[in-house]
Amino acid sequence: MMKRINIFALMITFLFTTSFAFAEGEMHAPMEPDWSFQGPLGKFDRAELQRGFQVYTEVCASCHSMDLVSYRNLVQEGGPEFSEKQAKAMAAMFEVEAGPDADGEMFMRPAILSDKFVSPWKNEQEGRISNGGAYPPDLSVMVKARSGGADYVYSLLLGYEDEAPEGVTLDDGVYYNIYAKNQKIAMPQVIYEDGVEYTDGTMATEVQMAKDVTAFLAWSAEPKLEERKRIGFKVLVYLIILSFLLYFTNKRIWRDTSH
Amino acid sequence: MSDDYEPQSAVAKWIDKRLPIITLFSGHLMQFPTPKNLNYWWTFGGILTFCLITQIITGLVLAMHYIADANLAFASVEHIMRDVNYGWLLRYIHANGASMFFIAVYLHMARSLFYGSYKEPRELIWIIGVFIFLLMIATAFMGYVLPWGQMSFWGATVITNLFSAIPFFGEAITNWLWGDYSVSGALLTRFFTLHYLMPFLIFGLVILHIWALHVPGNNNPEGIDVVKGQDTVPFHPHYVVKDVLALVVFMIVFAGFVFFSPNILGHSDNYIQANPLQTPEHIVPEWYFLPFYAILRAIPDKLGGVIAMVSAIAILAFIPWLDSSKVRSCKYRPLYRQFYWLLIADFILLGYLGSQSATGIYLILGRLATLYYFLHFILVMPLIGFIEKPKPLPKSISEPVLSKEEQLAKSGQTA
Amino acid sequence: MDTKKDIDTAETKVTRRDFLYLTTGSFTVVGAGALVWPFIAQMNPDASVKALASTEVDLSPIMPGQSITILWRGKPVFVRRRTEEEIAEAQAVEQTDLPDPETDETRVQKPEWLVMVGVCTHLGCIPLGNKGEYNGWFCPCHGSHYDTSGRIRKGPAPKNLEIPSYVFLDDNTIKIG
Repeated sequence: MMKRINIFALMITFLFTTSFAFAEGEMHAPMEPDWSFQGPLGKFDRAELQRGFQVYTEVCASCHSMDLVSYRNLVQEGGPEFSEKQAKAMAAMFEVEAGPDADGEMFMRPAILSDKFVSPWKNEQEGRISNGGAYPPDLSVMVKARSGGADYVYSLLLGYEDEAPEGVTLDDGVYYNIYAKNQKIAMPQVIYEDGVEYTDGTMATEVQMAKDVTAFLAWSAEPKLEERKRIGFKVLVYLIILSFLLYFTNKRIWRDTSH
Repeated sequence: MSDDYEPQSAVAKWIDKRLPIITLFSGHLMQFPTPKNLNYWWTFGGILTFCLITQIITGLVLAMHYIADANLAFASVEHIMRDVNYGWLLRYIHANGASMFFIAVYLHMARSLFYGSYKEPRELIWIIGVFIFLLMIATAFMGYVLPWGQMSFWGATVITNLFSAIPFFGEAITNWLWGDYSVSGALLTRFFTLHYLMPFLIFGLVILHIWALHVPGNNNPEGIDVVKGQDTVPFHPHYVVKDVLALVVFMIVFAGFVFFSPNILGHSDNYIQANPLQTPEHIVPEWYFLPFYAILRAIPDKLGGVIAMVSAIAILAFIPWLDSSKVRSCKYRPLYRQFYWLLIADFILLGYLGSQSATGIYLILGRLATLYYFLHFILVMPLIGFIEKPKPLPKSISEPVLSKEEQLAKSGQTA
Repeated sequence: MDTKKDIDTAETKVTRRDFLYLTTGSFTVVGAGALVWPFIAQMNPDASVKALASTEVDLSPIMPGQSITILWRGKPVFVRRRTEEEIAEAQAVEQTDLPDPETDETRVQKPEWLVMVGVCTHLGCIPLGNKGEYNGWFCPCHGSHYDTSGRIRKGPAPKNLEIPSYVFLDDNTIKIG
């Protein structure tokens, strides 16, 4: 029996070590701040997501698109939960191409809730040429697309150092960041103290801004996180009760059989 | 087994006279005489059926929303995750369901190997099982390509390029597979079609698998033939309830992944849309392919690697004849049992090595582990049958059962 | 464990067993039932479709006697700026003449503007404007005639053309849905 348990334990460890093994590379282990959404019961912090959206719009959105997210998502349950009026006003700050009109011409109109976040670039080529050949990646699922997840994105935003250590030469348009792969990254530092003026009066420190915007990106990558955990909790309770019931039923059925 | 069943109601009688489907199901799913000493390792057959049906049903509804087009596939998967009602749930069940399917199938195969379920008269059940396993591999691989992320694209590139190892016709064959000069939308569409088709082929083979099983009946932990009546119980309710109990415990693990760590078995690179101009740093297959991936990389020759990997699966079909022992269950095979656990450890080691880059010590270990994997089947299995002196077998499965109870009774008295 | 002694008496043994089986069975059925729901709900209109469920229409370019057709929830919606004669005609109709009695007042918010879903209530074809025996709409599929208020007057259709929910955001803009 022990042997069986051991082998099972081994297999489980194997599953986990292999998936974690991918996380390793020539990188510094990222910082691990406390996220409100981590753990089996974690939820997003609405105010944090709202501030994060502000940081995204005012700082990141000039280079990074979020093609998979719509303005209506800002209203939905489990997200920043802006009011519909607020979200409409935010959408209306952007223009999208619409048409053709009766004359066959395309025209610009203010964005509405059903529109996707307006991209800063017309196409990838424009984004590439405007950024020295490095296309700023779309941020919609960024937190799920990096092995360190939110920790990595957060650390990367704060990992810049003014001067590269001796012996490291940086090409033009490449910056030194201790959390980046090979400590080199094509994105300059963008998070500076008071880079935004928070509408809720929170002090806009670098750490605060990085944390807020990362939380916002964690939500945009997994907008159904709260619903998922909520349902998951009920499912687990149900299955555990059912397994007890079945355990006793099974025992009862087998009671009269010698086996 | 089914002879003693008579439908009760008039409607049932009417139907059964014209199509004896009620007798069939009753005979195979209710009254089927099953050895009474099966342990929980025997529940994986039922669990696997559940996995297959889960994958088919979630797959069907996902296909209602998924778009098999290179430009739209990635966004359509995210549309499922964000907009479709419970789409995130259906996709996470389907994606993690593949992993759960493989966990169950590996345990099912390990059980079969330990208790000698592949041996006479059950060779064909085992061989059909090997074909099911092959189809599962193909289905899972093609399914992983569909989200059209970076790992999908480059996984497809690497695996389809294996065919270029075929002498003379390699390039023609890969171009034919791709429908293009590289992996592209044409491949995505045909993979989607095949991914949709194959589960139904698996389903058909599963029916043959069970049919073939129900001719000789189940093997059992003692590995000896059973006497009907004395040693058996009806499948229902004894094993229905036991299987469902095991299934629910399995579902707890499954739900743990789906609801609380849905992406832990996947790779983060697959949340980046496929980019034909940029290869990810490390291309790794899904965890359940890693042992075979390690075998592929252990051979320093392109064609050799492919042959080794294919052989690693193909050799399984010959096990019934490679094993020369007359005794089925490892319980009574003290020597072979050691090698059995060595094989299991070897397989797990291969899986670990498959996730590491094939350099230095990893490469050496990979080669040794690959060598043992093949030696086990080609050398160890045939030889040990002649060398080993098995423990005495019980006369019937009731005998060890009784003796166990006697022991229990004794220990109860002393305590 | 205090119940352990009870099991020994034959009567409670049976009821307890039945109770256990019944509980387990019904608990399983309830779970299976709940599991079915996501598979059904996934076919309902999704969030992106629901977001498009309302449409704003600019009325300013429409002259009296003209109508436009806009797409709302995948269906045509007729927006007609009615002439004085049309309004008078619609209001003059006797309720007893109507298969589906409705006054013109209940069908419009402002008499000048008639907004209705352009789908024949018979079998879903699109009626043609300025046609038919009642100067309203005529469905070519099976010959249903609608009047200037979109009410069924003749033919196989059972109901008047449907009025969608809409609001006037200002004098020249309506929001449908």
